Amino acid sequence: MALSQAEVLAGLAEIVNEETGIDTSSVQLEKSFVDDLDIDSISMLTIVMNAEGKFGVTIPEDEVANLKTVGDAVSFITNAQ
Amino acid sequence: MNQPTLNQYSPVKFSRIYALGAARGDLAVSNDDIAGPIDSSDEWIQRRTGIVTRRRASKDVSLMDMAVEASTQAIQRAAIDPKEIGAVIFSTITHPHQTPSAAALLADKIGANPAPAYDVSAACAGYCYGIAQADALIRSGMAKYVLVVGGEKLSDFIDPTDRTISFLLGDGAGAAIVGPSDFAGISPTVWGSDGSHWDAVGMTASLIELRDGEAGWPTLVQDGATVFKWAVWEMVKVARKALEVAGVKPEELTALVTHQANIRIIDELVKQLELPESVVVARDIIYTGNTSAASIPLAMDALLTSGEVKSGGLALEIGFGAGLAFAAQVVVLP
Repeated sequence: MALSQAEVLAGLAEIVNEETGIDTSSVQLEKSFVDDLDIDSISMLTIVMNAEGKFGVTIPEDEVANLKTVGDAVSFITNAQ
Repeated sequence: MNQPTLNQYSPVKFSRIYALGAARGDLAVSNDDIAGPIDSSDEWIQRRTGIVTRRRASKDVSLMDMAVEASTQAIQRAAIDPKEIGAVIFSTITHPHQTPSAAALLADKIGANPAPAYDVSAACAGYCYGIAQADALIRSGMAKYVLVVGGEKLSDFIDPTDRTISFLLGDGAGAAIVGPSDFAGISPTVWGSDGSHWDAVGMTASLIELRDGEAGWPTLVQDGATVFKWAVWEMVKVARKALEVAGVKPEELTALVTHQANIRIIDELVKQLELPESVVVARDIIYTGNTSAASIPLAMDALLTSGEVKSGGLALEIGFGAGLAFAAQVVVLP
């Protein structure tokens, strides 16, 4: 069954926390991965790989560059389910 | 007509690694030494790669010099006569001659002439490819002892302005003597290649393009994102498969010795494999850098000589890189 946007956000926040140590409450829809959360490109790849596994979706490499904010990623995953 | 009869080699039941040898480049090159041309910093390089220094060889120290040093040490530690070496396998991508092989010259220099000798081009998987072949040659009865060397002078093939791979790379050689055993010391190897990503890691140009003036000196380059994803996601599967075919549980491992590609890849592999904390993880990359085919024997030798692991324990070794080529096996630490 497809997860709701809130469920995807919660799951993504756990992945971000595990990779970077950033508190899950800081992982909010409007936050930019690079500018607000200070996530580098290797961590971003790791987060994408773990999200693919967790949510059963495929995030193409050329799509990763478009995922500027947490909200962008949540929307992509929610729609791709 | 009667079936003709032939003799064949008599197989030997088991093989193992007898000893390792190691030689690192003579120069310790810091991040500050190389950060300028890539507009970077010590902090950025350490955070992205884990590397504090990489060992590189002086201009007058050749790949062959390092291979001879590592091989001689391995032969001495194994306490064998080099005349009994039945094959020399040299895994390298930086031997500066298309032909003849580096292995034939190495065999002669270390006293193993006239052993069969050949090079293996499997980049960062090269050492594990070599161990797989050594295991097969010994157990088939074709060779009593095999010298496997992974060696690189990568600094001859770097571009100081390249931000994809050059700043990771170091020079060195690691050697192993493999021979017959009364117990199983090398598990079945899980190995393969994926040429659909042939250009994910490689050279900027071919020698033909260099000759025709279409390109400068070929140097190493990679698509970091593709390689990172493959190195973690696909190699986790390969590592699990290697444990399965070896009949070894993760908690039975003494050490994990991966190709020293990048500390972030190593850390992510450890996380995905859910290894218990008792497993010692080789992180030789921090002070040696990424030495391609040499990195696994150098990292394993560092764990053994520092006393972090003891002879007789089990180590999962896994190499992966250009090709894309990969190989993994569980070995009993020499």
